[in-house]
Amino acid sequence: MRKEYLTVENIVGPLMLVEDVRGVAYAEIAEILMPDGSVRHGQVLEVHEDKALVQVFEGTSGLTPGAARVKFLGKGLQIGLSPDIVGRMFDGFGRTIDGGPPVIPERYADVNGVPINPEARDYPTEFIQTGISTIDVLNTLVRGQKLPIFSAAGLPHPRLAAQIARQARVLKTGEQFAVVFAAMGITFEESDFFMREFEKTGALERAVLFINLANDPPIERIAVPKLALTAAEYLAYELGMHILVILTDMTNYCEALREISAARKEVPSRRGYPGYLYTDLSMIYERAGRIKGRGGSITQMPILSMPEDDKTHPIPDLTGYITEGQILLSRPLFNEGIYPPVDVLPSLSRLKDRGTGEGKTREDHAGVMNQLYAAYARGRSAKEIAVVLGESALSETDRLYVQFSGRFEREFIAQGEGENREIAAALDLGWRLLGMLPKGELKRIKEAYIEKYYPGA
Amino acid sequence: MNERKARGEIVKVSGPLVVARGLGDTRMYEMVRVGEMGLYGEVIEIRGDRFSIQVYEETGGIGPGQPVSPTGAPLTVDLGPGLIASIFDGVQRPLDRLKAEYGDFVVRGADAPSIDRGRKWHFTPRRKRGDRVAAGDILGVIPETPVIEHRVMVPPGWEGTIASIAEGDYAVEEPVAVIGTAGGERPLTLLVKWPVRTPRPVARRLAPVEPLVTGQRVLDTLFPIVKGGTACVPGPFGSGKTVVQHQLAKWADADLIVYVGCGERGNEMTEVLIEFPELADPRSGRPLIERTVLVANTSNMPVAAREASVFTGITMAEYYRDMGYSVALMADSTSRWAEAMREMSGRLEEMPGEEGFPAYLASRLASFYERAGRSVCLGSDGREGSLSVIGAVSPPGGDLSEPVVQATLRVVKVFWGLDDKLAGQRHFPAINWLSSYSLYGDAVDRTCGEKVNRYWAKNRQEAMAILKREAELEELVRLVGMDALSAQDRLLLEAAKMIREDFLHQNAYDPVDTYTSLPKQFRILRLILGFYHWAYGAIAAGAELDEILRLPVRDEISRAKGVPEEEVEALDRLAERARAAVEGLKPSGERS
Ligand SMILES: Nc1ncnc2c1ncn2[C@@H]1O[C@H](COP(=O)(O)OP(=O)(O)OP(=O)(O)O)[C@@H](O)[C@H]1O
Ligand SMILES: [Mg+2]
Repeated sequence: MRKEYLTVENIVGPLMLVEDVRGVAYAEIAEILMPDGSVRHGQVLEVHEDKALVQVFEGTSGLTPGAARVKFLGKGLQIGLSPDIVGRMFDGFGRTIDGGPPVIPERYADVNGVPINPEARDYPTEFIQTGISTIDVLNTLVRGQKLPIFSAAGLPHPRLAAQIARQARVLKTGEQFAVVFAAMGITFEESDFFMREFEKTGALERAVLFINLANDPPIERIAVPKLALTAAEYLAYELGMHILVILTDMTNYCEALREISAARKEVPSRRGYPGYLYTDLSMIYERAGRIKGRGGSITQMPILSMPEDDKTHPIPDLTGYITEGQILLSRPLFNEGIYPPVDVLPSLSRLKDRGTGEGKTREDHAGVMNQLYAAYARGRSAKEIAVVLGESALSETDRLYVQFSGRFEREFIAQGEGENREIAAALDLGWRLLGMLPKGELKRIKEAYIEKYYPGA
Repeated sequence: MNERKARGEIVKVSGPLVVARGLGDTRMYEMVRVGEMGLYGEVIEIRGDRFSIQVYEETGGIGPGQPVSPTGAPLTVDLGPGLIASIFDGVQRPLDRLKAEYGDFVVRGADAPSIDRGRKWHFTPRRKRGDRVAAGDILGVIPETPVIEHRVMVPPGWEGTIASIAEGDYAVEEPVAVIGTAGGERPLTLLVKWPVRTPRPVARRLAPVEPLVTGQRVLDTLFPIVKGGTACVPGPFGSGKTVVQHQLAKWADADLIVYVGCGERGNEMTEVLIEFPELADPRSGRPLIERTVLVANTSNMPVAAREASVFTGITMAEYYRDMGYSVALMADSTSRWAEAMREMSGRLEEMPGEEGFPAYLASRLASFYERAGRSVCLGSDGREGSLSVIGAVSPPGGDLSEPVVQATLRVVKVFWGLDDKLAGQRHFPAINWLSSYSLYGDAVDRTCGEKVNRYWAKNRQEAMAILKREAELEELVRLVGMDALSAQDRLLLEAAKMIREDFLHQNAYDPVDTYTSLPKQFRILRLILGFYHWAYGAIAAGAELDEILRLPVRDEISRAKGVPEEEVEALDRLAERARAAVEGLKPSGERS
């Protein structure tokens, strides 16, 4: 029988201080029995002699010193795992909330995870076709990569993420694929959108969902990505499945972290976020990857909304410092009615070179990617000049580039929400647009490929 | 070695910080074993009977009342043959052996000797019985890898007469020699230990002068670093810091590379592990891994070990420098190291300085970079060694005014500023030519003036002048448009563009472009500047700028960087053709 303490002394924000404790360890989980019989959960953030500082996942509202009974469970936060978790929905503390029977775990795992030994990692090289040309052709995603979507309030990142989850596949068949979906502080409406999307396409049967909504306890958000990734690691490395993990919205996660940090009166770094935000985020993002000799993989697509559309805000900034590229969404494109409004120029997949080319996508992929990128960049900057100095300030060629970039946005970037463009079709589309330019302008593509693919060649 | 009885007790745990009491005469920076699991930690503050300890592993499950015991020694690394081609974590645990013994994840409490104790090395003496030797003298050698001869040195502080020494195959803990010292006979093994926070001594420091050739055109030609010099690479995320560091690790003409992945991505270390055994060193033709030591404490590995990782790396680097090698150390990223310090400092509740960093941030950074240098090593042969240090810096939001960048700039001599805008235009390496600098320019001009071409410095200065003028002209164009420029100015803009695109831009992933020798760098730049001069002359003689710019030879110039090293003379012939083509456009009667 574990001892129960009635010695809650101070309550500050989401934290409570329990006194006169013995044998309590760092990161241990506590059960808090409320006077009304309900149970909350907490985790030890610091233990100093006989005082334990506990963060309460469900929040401290209604808690009074002396009234609650606290029991320390002698273990860290764990999740029960078995193949039956696939197709199920859990709350932010890992309890089923889909009305189905409880999952009978084969084993429990600590949710913090253990770092992969760099020596054991296998480099991600396998092309994932998302059917979205701005990703497949220009910012190629590979298995085991962590590629976030930098979005902002009101932009259609849920639609894009759902489309990716629905369409993503590897050009090889017969492999087991599942989605692990972690919602942190998103609205019911948004979460419901994802549910319906998954349901519509049958993806729900091969998804594991962890849901913490906007009106759920904010501190619970801190556990959500860890639960989700522990489930993902189990499915990937023990059951050999290929897992796409969608984490949305990381901004809400970071805000919960800031709330705790503020309650602890820690010295903040930028904008009130704790100095260890980088480390904390990397403990999540670095759990993407592949391991030599194990079948499965974890590909991560975290979604975050940039406060004030600002890429240098600590959340996108520190994310960008950890992930392997980023897909940026653009408000101007969105306002022009372009879906998906992928801001091509600042977007980047750092692992693209490994997943493209002959035998993976197509021989001309790198050339087409570079040429489309360069042509679009030139068209855009020519357009800016035209705005200042007038159309007439442009050379003949630059005017061509302006036309190109307009069509590129309307035909290449834009695509239907149900449109699943095969990589070959997307490359062909790229060539049709490049065909607007004289051959001599295509300096980034090998001569041989121009001969072979240039429209009318 | 733990003779002392002191056995402390934990009173506080807060993340990686543990406070204990009852540790008696345990000293500052001493290593201790923490908790029932015996996790390694290091004492970083002592207040009366309260010892603050940074723990190198995750502390979940550790709590007050659990034991702490001192080890009697500070954090040390193993030095000896077998370091090269290995990969270690921040406290020198060998990741390859951990994987073999504990599996794919770095589990808590995993431990293995840094250097394989069982492996035998063939030792050939260079000294004989009866010789008098002192610290730094080379007793014998071991072929550690086909490119690095491991020189077995008399450790600092030792002096005496060789009592015995013999050729043979030895494991690292077996004595290869016995030295009769004033304090009695001391057996000397291949394995020595050294505390990481103490710089290894040298006989004398020298001013560094010889260029560290990196094969990267923007670095070698515009902002060179020297053997024994220091450089920093700050830039926002995705601007190319890691690619620059990897390029240096691959192609820099140092004898040995120590690469420290400090709080960065696991996949980036994996990339090195996969590539380096495959890539050949352009000088020796041997796989790069045979001259490389790796330290990987990725961002998700414990922060206290991250703090230690740069010291672990630089101590190993100094050890090879002491043998007389030129060693280069890359640390990616020093910001993550500084953040680890900040995290520990915050938990110690120290008075924070700027942005929460500890007040001693600048002095720690300085003392780290100060371990770089060119020096005369200990030992009677007067051999020279050098240690160059190149640190990446990851400023929040790319803001160069933040404390880590500022403190670093005060100590390093070379600044390679990576620019978000250039990276956005896919101009790589995205090193901003207007803000970057090297304080070694003069020394390198002298050496390259002798070894490459006497116009080396002149070329560089002219290229820089053109680039500066380009920035001014662009400002003007923004205001009044291109039409307002004279033909000469428009030509200058074209020349600047050629310098940027056909010289400075360098694709790390292209097999030829990835490395350019100094003679080839010189030739490409001379070709571009030559074109500029000839065109300038032709315009003065009445030729049309547009015609010059349409010359097909310009296409050849833009492909000059792709000319293989073995065919660099082709560039001289190309220069001749370019000259003839440009001069051919002068109105008749003006041709020379
Ligand atoms: N010299 C180069 N040649 C070609 N591509 C490059 C070069 N330098 C950088 N890149 C491109 O830029 C991307 C980002 O570079 P890198 O990983 O070095 O950035 P970083 O500054 O280290 O970012 P972070 O701070 O997030 O680690 C690379 O994946 C590559 O696509
Ligand atoms: Mg990097």
